[in-house]
Amino acid sequence: MSFEIPIGPQHPIHVEPLMLKLKVEGELIVDVDIDVSYIHRGIEKALELRSYPQGLFLAERICGICNCAHSLCYCLNIEQLLGKEAPPRAKYLRVIVEELSRVHSHLLWLGHYFHTLGFETLFMYFWRDRERVMDMLELMTGNRVTTSYNVIGGVRRDITPEIDSKLRRMIEHLRERMKYYEAAIRSEPSLLGRLQGVGLLKPEDAIRLGTVGPHLRASGVKHDVRLDDPYSGHEEIPFNVITYDTCDCYGRVMVRIGEVFESLDMIAYALDHLPSGEYRLKMPPFFKAPVGESLSRVEAPRGELIHYSISDGGTNPFRYRVRTPTLANLASVAAMLKSRGDYEVYIADVPAILGGIDPCICCTARVIITDEGKKTRRITTLTELERYARERGVRM
Amino acid sequence: MGLISRLIRKCRAKSPWILLFDTGACNACDLEITACLTPRYDVERFGALLKGSPRHADILLVTGPVTRQARDRIIRIYEQMPEPKYVVSVGTCTTSGGVYWGCYNTYPGLDSVIPVHAYVSGCPVKPEAVLKALSVLVERIERGDI
Repeated sequence: MSFEIPIGPQHPIHVEPLMLKLKVEGELIVDVDIDVSYIHRGIEKALELRSYPQGLFLAERICGICNCAHSLCYCLNIEQLLGKEAPPRAKYLRVIVEELSRVHSHLLWLGHYFHTLGFETLFMYFWRDRERVMDMLELMTGNRVTTSYNVIGGVRRDITPEIDSKLRRMIEHLRERMKYYEAAIRSEPSLLGRLQGVGLLKPEDAIRLGTVGPHLRASGVKHDVRLDDPYSGHEEIPFNVITYDTCDCYGRVMVRIGEVFESLDMIAYALDHLPSGEYRLKMPPFFKAPVGESLSRVEAPRGELIHYSISDGGTNPFRYRVRTPTLANLASVAAMLKSRGDYEVYIADVPAILGGIDPCICCTARVIITDEGKKTRRITTLTELERYARERGVRM
Repeated sequence: MGLISRLIRKCRAKSPWILLFDTGACNACDLEITACLTPRYDVERFGALLKGSPRHADILLVTGPVTRQARDRIIRIYEQMPEPKYVVSVGTCTTSGGVYWGCYNTYPGLDSVIPVHAYVSGCPVKPEAVLKALSVLVERIERGDI
């Protein structure tokens, strides 16, 4: 006999409102229904109502954690629409801030993940070291979390020699700390017991379910937008794509730890090879974009982020579409949470599996159409959205 | 006011347990509130503890513009909290809509949904601002203003 356990929308394992309806038989989970609609704010529509420079502020508030990725993706998109390109120095500065925010996001995730697994000490340690990164972000950009660093045509501020030396010191400090954490996680049996063999996702399943980012790389698939379709300075900055073939939650932790090391190396490389010259193109406060469409891809901390816009020649985008990594990864969560054959999922594994994708619901809630008046809910498929976008394009 | 009620107020101000609920935030404010719990800011030195259940909480921290789907849930969570309860609206968009002003799915402010006792501005707020709001609120609870 089975019954349903609701988790959320307010639940200690996850800050953001997310509803999981678990169908369980005894301790085993047999089915799951995920609802992420609580945070739908209508950002895509709001972006259509704002001019291009105003939209930047909204775009980076799609998600607070990966705001650098969102603002970079927005800027790349609009620059592509205008046929402009940021100066070389701006590209390197963008990489520095993007990688800093990746380090902060991964440290945050690692801390939060161990917190949900009940390992409070590592949570406190990771968040203490994360404060060093936040200090650097504040020093470089003027704000701790929502950085507002990328602007259309470049970046907002230049780097000073003082910031340069502080950044290098931070990198050294963080490298030491990460080595310590890596060794600690590898040798802690209670932690390995919670992680190894939990949430198995085979590479072919991961590809079939459209998984992206560190979650996909933990299944042994070498996919990274920075490597496959380099953007904004990533063509020149070398790095290794970290993959793990354990396909479980342990691999997901290790991939992210490896990526922190890679990001720190990329920041050091960018600081060493920083080109001279302008860091920002002169842009008018209001401008019209030529008729056309553009698509930009960025590797956000959680995976591949896509922004797509259509311009009808006005000061606002005609249509703006955002596709975030968590949305791509949620399908695999539903698959991982279902017991089948030898693969058994227990209720106690839910935080580990859900946390493993680094869920960021605030990005995600934008494809479920809820009609409050009629109390109906309709899930829009990608093809339906494409058709909708095409129809609107024809009307234009 | 009697001695007993003064004593109760004093005890209450020593252990304000908090509950965090996100009604549609971009996560930045949630991060900064979580940063308050960690070693650098350490809100626990004021006796505050982050709780998982509304039934254990005294202070509700709300982040993000109130979306239509979250509205009923925030009211329900507010009703589940035991008296006396206090609400802090964290972030500009919770207070007044912020950058989401004019979005079809958000309410213009938290105070149009549930009563609010303190507002913290900033997009996102700084951890210091959250600490300040909590300490001011606790002071007022101790004085018996609210």
